[in-house]
Order: sequence, then structure tokens, then C-alpha cells
Amino acid sequence: MINLVWLVPLFPLIGFLINGLGRNTLSKSVIGLTGCLAVLASFIVSLGIFIELNASNTKSFIVPLFDWISAGTVKIPFSFMVDPLSALMLLIVTGIGFLIHLYSTGYMSHDAGFGKFFSYLNLFIFFMLLLVLGSNYVIMFIGWEGVGLCSYLLIGFWYTNSSYASAAKKAFIMNRIGDLGFLIAVFLIFTTFNSVEFAVIFPQAASMLAGDRALIIITSLLFVGAIGKSAQLPLFTWLPDAMAGPTPVSALIHAATMVTAGIYMIARSNILFTLAPQTLHVIAIVGLATLLLAATIAVTQNDIKKVLAYSTVSQLGYMFLGLGVGAYTGAFFHVITHAFFKALLFLGAGSVIHAMSNEQDMRNMGGLKKKLPVTFLTMMIGTIAIAGLPPFSGFFSKDEILAHVYEHNQLFWVLGVIGAVFTSFYMFRMMFLTFNGSFRGTTAQEHHLHESPSSMTIPLIVLAVLSVIGGFIGIPEIFGGGHWLQNFLSPVFAVSAGKMPHLTLDHSTEFILMAVSVAGALGAMLFAYQKYVKKGEVPAEDRIERGTLARLSYNKYYIDEIYASLITRPLDSLSGFFHKVVDKKGIDGLVNGFGKGAIEASKSFRLLQSGMVGFYIFMMVFGIVALLVYSMYKI
Amino acid sequence: MENVTQALQGVPLNHYILLSAIIFAIGVIGVLIRRNAIVIFMSIELMLNAVNLLLTAFSVHHNDASGQIFVFFIMALAAAEVAVGLAIIVMIFRNTNSTDVNILNKLKW
Repeated sequence: MINLVWLVPLFPLIGFLINGLGRNTLSKSVIGLTGCLAVLASFIVSLGIFIELNASNTKSFIVPLFDWISAGTVKIPFSFMVDPLSALMLLIVTGIGFLIHLYSTGYMSHDAGFGKFFSYLNLFIFFMLLLVLGSNYVIMFIGWEGVGLCSYLLIGFWYTNSSYASAAKKAFIMNRIGDLGFLIAVFLIFTTFNSVEFAVIFPQAASMLAGDRALIIITSLLFVGAIGKSAQLPLFTWLPDAMAGPTPVSALIHAATMVTAGIYMIARSNILFTLAPQTLHVIAIVGLATLLLAATIAVTQNDIKKVLAYSTVSQLGYMFLGLGVGAYTGAFFHVITHAFFKALLFLGAGSVIHAMSNEQDMRNMGGLKKKLPVTFLTMMIGTIAIAGLPPFSGFFSKDEILAHVYEHNQLFWVLGVIGAVFTSFYMFRMMFLTFNGSFRGTTAQEHHLHESPSSMTIPLIVLAVLSVIGGFIGIPEIFGGGHWLQNFLSPVFAVSAGKMPHLTLDHSTEFILMAVSVAGALGAMLFAYQKYVKKGEVPAEDRIERGTLARLSYNKYYIDEIYASLITRPLDSLSGFFHKVVDKKGIDGLVNGFGKGAIEASKSFRLLQSGMVGFYIFMMVFGIVALLVYSMYKI
Repeated sequence: MENVTQALQGVPLNHYILLSAIIFAIGVIGVLIRRNAIVIFMSIELMLNAVNLLLTAFSVHHNDASGQIFVFFIMALAAAEVAVGLAIIVMIFRNTNSTDVNILNKLKW
């Protein structure tokens, strides 16, 4: 089965071609079926690979397809790498991808661009699988760029709305900044190790000294790439804007898979990062800052998708915090569980938006519990999972990260727990505002309210089940679990683990840490309950003045405005200068000047063209004689 | 035949050059001052034949036949040129009822 790994990306590619070419001719049911089946087939193959890998003693397979670039000493094969990390990622991408495809058949059923949507979605899965499977940085980079492209296409899916189109451009450009870092890192890796193959680089790197200058530069640049793709400070502002895309896209690309590519890449290159402790420190700080910033913004947002978007940024911050303290397994664990519950929450939000006739403002919702029972229950499960209440999946992964953080730096832990408290608060705030109280929308919307079709609720239920049990793959020792995930991933992180101090927390400390974060989350939940259910508060209208802190948070710390005045506007005026002065006056002036000069000069010369044949002949003879005289006397 | 060659070689080369130059100059002047297309044409033939004469003279002088062979090429070329040129002149005459080249001054700025 492992040798058939090339089938995994092939199916979505075929699906993309069929749907892309037949988007105007095929019927919606054929398109939906092709799109779903392509991903389902990939999922089945991935499952086979996973089972075979789990049973096998060798934990890393390289499946070569063909020699791709071969020039002199540069040899870059097109080959895939199957190891526990990529096998798990395959399952997430294809599994959740399939559920979201299924959901989309219901959610997008009224959209004119149905075929286009499914072809983009399949293309995205294809590129994401390339990113995950590539056995060298170059193939990973193809996938990396490809998912960025699909993200752009899908954010701007409704491109006739100009604000959506500019959100797509914003995402693309911000990703480009990160991609540049990634690209330079790949060049540096090649000059340092003379190869881009993972299997060649990592053993070489393992013998280098910790804090090697080349490694620090490479890892910093790789991290820049991760910042762009995984929406960390300072490049995170594209992700909330990316909510312009259809909700299934937000669930698949901007929550479950693509944005975790940065974490995947760092986990994949873990040995490089382990040997660059300075970079790890920066990663931890950036992750922490992002998670706090995004969490404090999320508490005042009123758009249901914006809350989830900032929550995603914040959860990605947790993952980076985990990577930064060397908890690679914990960070990847959080990738898995986050994929479950965040996809669930986004799909649930999509179901709400669908029922509310495209209303996204929570101030106009309320009391949807009765009308959308399945959505409510599944989203509640997702919320409990993300808030980190036991025994749901988020609890295990988040507490694993926080335990490692505590051991690394206790101040970071305190801030991390504060972030968790905020998480719990804004998530329950979102739930209570949406589902409790009385309906605040228009009567037309109320009349239209309905539970979503089963193609949409089935993925919700499956994801809800996964959100509940997903954490059980990594039950820590203190609960008597064997931590299956850690054992399964240990071949990938073995070398790094040998170079890092081990977790030395005793069980009582670990229990206290868990108790504190759970208590914080519960407290925040109760506070939200008091505020939004008991008192029935509704966030104020936009025009009402807010307090300083609330205003800062509501306006996202004015980061977009700061970027606009610091970067966008100076760049705009600079390009205006280049356009109006350098290009129009300078270059155009020069080129047009040549033309005008030629016309002016020829105004008198063209009179020679008199049409008199005799005159021409005379001039010819005169010229010949002149040449003759010249050659005879060399005047 | 031997006698003819010797007799021709008896004439000094300068005479040939002078004669060719005179014929060529007559041709040039004819082209420059005449307005009738046919006469201009004939003047061009004069120039061509002046060159032919010179080529043959030098050929004999150097005892090398290639000059004369070249003359045949020029004759063939001249014949072809005459065929095309006369056809053009005929067409001009049909359109303008004249062979005056000064009437044909439409191709100008």
C-alpha cells in the first residue's frame, strides 16, 4: 500500500481536472460526486498506508517517482516520504477534506459556481497532499505555493464583491512575504547541506553543534515562512479577512489544514530547530504574543466567523508556543484536535449562516437552539473541546503544550493559561449569543430558519464525535494512558528528543496545572453564562462609544490601520511617484521623445522624396561620382 | 582566329578604356537629361554595353576567357531586364498616354 502513495494526490488531481473541465457541462450531482469520491478514494488509500505503517517496523519510507531536476550536482527527485508524521497528516487532510466536501454539496448547492468551487477544492487537496508527502523541501515548496494559490482563489471565490477580492489579494501578498523567507531558507539549506532531501539533511544536521549560525539563519527564515502561512504576528491580519470565502473553505483551508502547514513544516524539520535554541525562543514568544493578541480581539467581535477566525489565530499561537518549547508532539497533537473541533465549529457556523439567510452578525441571532438542534449540540461539543474542558480532545492537547511550557518558562505558562481563559470566554460568548436568548433577527429570517440538510449535518456529527474522542490518542501517563501518539511519532522526533531536556514534572504539579487551566476555563464559561444568558446582554451597536480597552479590542488594536499608514500608504505614494513621474514622465517621455524627434527631423528630409525620377537618378549618379572621387583621392 | 586575337591585342588597351568611358558617359548623360522613358532605357543599355566592351577588352588583354563569359551573363540579364522594363513602359503608356518620366511623380510625401 505504501508504494501506492502516489495515488493519494492523484485522485484529487483527477477530480480537479474533471470538475475543472466539466464545470459548465456536468450536472451538480455529478460534480459533487466526483469531488467527494476523489477525496474519499485518497482517504481510503491513506488509511491503508496508515495501517501498514503502524504494523511495519520501519517507520520511514521514501517512494521515488521520477528524477525531476538533475543538473550537475543538483539532484532533486520527485519522491514522496511516508512516515508517522505524514501518514497522520494524510488522514487529517483527506478525512476532514472529505467531510468538508460532503458538507459543501449541501452548503454550495444554490451557488452558480458549484463546479468551479469543487475543482478548486480538489486542487487544494492535491497541493496540500504534495506539501505533506514531499520528501524534500522543493516538493514541499510546490505544495506550499499551491495551497496559497488555492487559498487565494477560494477567498476570492465571490470575486464580484470587491472587498472579497481585495481580501484574497491581501492573503496572497501576505503569504508571499512568508514564502520569500521559505525560499531563501531552501537555498541556504542547499548551500549548507548540498541537498534538499530530508533524508540527507537531517542526519547531517544532527551532527552539528547547537546554536550553529547557519542553522539559526535557516530556521529563522523557515519560521518566517511559517509566520506567513500560519498567520502569526506580524502577518496574521490576512486570516480574519480570509473569512470572505465560503464557510467550508474557512473550515478546510483556514482552520483545519493549510494554516497548520507552518507547524507541520517545523515539526518536519524539528532537528534543525532543536539545534537552533535561539530560534525556538523567538517562536515561543511570537506564538505567545499571537495567542494573547488574537484571544483578546476575539472577545469583542460580533461576526460569528470573525470570532472563529481570531480563535484559529490564537490556537495556532498555542501550537507555535508548543513548538517553541520543544513540545513537537504536543504541538502536532493540537494540530490534530484543532483540525477536528475547529472544522466542526466553522461548519456549524456555516450551518447557522445558511439557516440565517447569510446573516453573520451574532447581534441579529439568538435563540437558535430550538430551530437548529443538531448544529447547536455539535457546536457545543466543539466549544467545550476548544475551551479545554476534560475529557474532550482540546483538553489533552492544550494541557500537554501548557505542561511543557510550564517546565520551560513559568511566566509563559501563566500567559498561556490567561489565553485559555479568554478562549473559553469568547467561545461560550459566541455560543450563548447565537443559540440562547430570544431571536433578534428580522421576521423574514425567522420564517426561513431551518435545520440544514443531512449532507451538512452528517459531517457535523462525525466531527463532533472526533472532537470528543480525538484526545484519547494522546492520554498522558498520569491518567494511565500510554500516549499512543507520542509513541507513534517518536521515530520522527527521536533525534530531537535526545538533544532536549526531558519533561521532569511530577504528577502532583501536573495535576495542579491542569486543575488551574480547567478551573480558569470553567470560570470563564460561567462568567459568559452570567453575562449573556442570565443578564441577556447583547453587544452594543457599532455607533455606541466603547471603553478604551473594548474599543482597542473591537478595532483589532488598529493593526490594519497601522499597517495601512506605515506600509500600504507610503508604498502607495511611492508607486504613485513611480507611476506619474518615473514611468509617465521619465520612461514614456524618453521613448516618445525619440518618436517626436524622428518626426521633427524627417519633416524637412522627407521633401527630398519629390517623386521626380530624374532627380533620383541625378542624386544617384552624383553619389556614385562622389564615392569615386572619395576613393580616388581619399579626401 | 589566331590572327584576330593578335590584331585585337595590337590595339592598345587605353583606346578601349577611353571608348568605353565615352560610351558610358553618353549613357549617363542620356539617362540624366532625357525625359522619354524609352530613350532612358536605351541609355541604360549603352552603359551596360560600355561595361561589356571593357570586360572583353581586359579579357583579351589578360588572355583570360572568364571576362567574356561574364559578358554573356550581363547580356542575358540585360535581355531579361529589357523584357520587364519594356512591359512596365507599355503599361505606363496605356495608363498615361505618355512615356514622359516627369509625369510619374505621384510617389512622394
